[in-house]
Amino acid sequence: MNNNIYLDNSATTPVAAEVLEAMNPFFQSRYGNASSLHSAGREAHRAVDEGRHLIADHLGVQANEIIFTSGATEADNLALLGTALRSRQAGHIITSRIEHDAVLRSSEWLASQGHDVTFLDVDAAGRVDPEAVREAIRPDTLLVSIMAGNNEIGTLQPIREIGEICKERNVPFHTDAVQAYGKIDLPMDVIDMLSVSAHKLHGPKGVGFLYVRKGTKLTPLLHGGGHEGGRRSGTENVPGIVGLAAATQLAFEERTQVTARMKKFREHLIEEVLKLPGTRLNGHVTDSLPHIANFSFEAIEGESLIMKLDEHNIAASTGSACSSPNLEPSHVLVALAVPLSMAHGSLRISTGRQTTDHEIEALLEALPIVVQELRDISPFKVGG
Amino acid sequence: MYTDKVIGHFREPHNRGKMEDYSAIGKVGNIVCGDVMWLYIKVAKDDAARDILTDISWETFGCTAAIATSSMVSDLAKGKTIEEAIAVTNQDVASELGGLPPIKMHCSALAADALNEAIYNYMVQEGKEIPEALQKRHVRVAKEIEGLEKRYAVFMDKGDGKKD
Repeated sequence: MNNNIYLDNSATTPVAAEVLEAMNPFFQSRYGNASSLHSAGREAHRAVDEGRHLIADHLGVQANEIIFTSGATEADNLALLGTALRSRQAGHIITSRIEHDAVLRSSEWLASQGHDVTFLDVDAAGRVDPEAVREAIRPDTLLVSIMAGNNEIGTLQPIREIGEICKERNVPFHTDAVQAYGKIDLPMDVIDMLSVSAHKLHGPKGVGFLYVRKGTKLTPLLHGGGHEGGRRSGTENVPGIVGLAAATQLAFEERTQVTARMKKFREHLIEEVLKLPGTRLNGHVTDSLPHIANFSFEAIEGESLIMKLDEHNIAASTGSACSSPNLEPSHVLVALAVPLSMAHGSLRISTGRQTTDHEIEALLEALPIVVQELRDISPFKVGG
Repeated sequence: MYTDKVIGHFREPHNRGKMEDYSAIGKVGNIVCGDVMWLYIKVAKDDAARDILTDISWETFGCTAAIATSSMVSDLAKGKTIEEAIAVTNQDVASELGGLPPIKMHCSALAADALNEAIYNYMVQEGKEIPEALQKRHVRVAKEIEGLEKRYAVFMDKGDGKKD
């Protein structure tokens, strides 16, 4: 491991030992195809089935409402495109400006195909106003898609209120719960579709699911052998699904202790980082996922900050323009109207179940040093 | 994605910081990503009465590549005559660093432009005749700065603390 202090758990997490152990037999000894009739196939099918039930039970939904996918990007695409493709005429989609790219790019693609998309604004802390959702709903609205908790700044959306409005207006409600799953309670009674990815909660990469409430109609995107009740063809990723189920089990089992620790880390980080001059918290102080804290540092650029922290063996991430493939600052920070000098110098710290007090202290020790090093060579001064 | 040489210059940049007794400054900004670089030069005559860049330093707001190219351009131009320094290109800066990722090539352009601007300002100040190539580059850079100020109005105006 290059970085021994890993504080980029919103990007991905290490696979938990329990998860890997659960997955292991499904590569070389229990390798059957879950669609095969023989006993090896039945064994694989049983493992997938158990995983499906375990996940459904934790969410309080039916097992046949879980569609396994290759991850959350596919789940988001299935929710948005699968809904829109069912409509013979062009329809209307409502989402927000701070969604994950999987939702934003899917929405933009639908707009290019003739659908109308409303991108709702957010307040300074990154929250969508439920009343804005109500006002945006039209007779031709096909879907509302608002994430549960933001992956860059951690801000929680009022998804219960939004879901209730959608229910009242009879519009399907999808939420990308990639960062929220296993960390906060999700109001499943008002959610029609929900996207999850395993690798954000100490499961393997390349597997996730879309919860689809019974009666919610979707056109499949992947056609083939009719897996997942005909809604998503492709041989089941058996070890992945077993890993996703094990990660779910672990997350729900440990949730109280792990999220309490994360919350404590977050509060401590906010208190200490904001003591440094020229800093701000991006997001909401309390109305947030427990594991994400996003800060901005005046007069410095985020990519340099990440590389300086890397010298101290600390891994974190930034939404700066220089770090992105299109050289644009993070769409989330832009939507929050973070001043551009600040949007350039953002830092996202995200903790995991393995994060220790020592790691947080190491970050808090290194941070003032590297921030000062970069400010010393910047033509801008703090608080000018 | 970055070469060891880029990382080396980023970690221990040469000639960093503000210069107090400078002869001229070049202030440039990158329209693409918002990076800003100020490059200070000190000019003195050598025994043959040629103008020499006896000292260079810089202040940069930008990414790893922007900081590494600032460091490299200062190395390449320090001790050179004005004519030699004008001839330093962004390609020289990038290749001396063992190459830059394609998306970061604009950072080397920023560094070469800053050097160019500092020399331009020095020559204007001294009433010297401006070579045509230098004049051309100055026009382009000035246009980019204008665009940057427009695009990043908040950034440039809102008390972000540009010194002087």
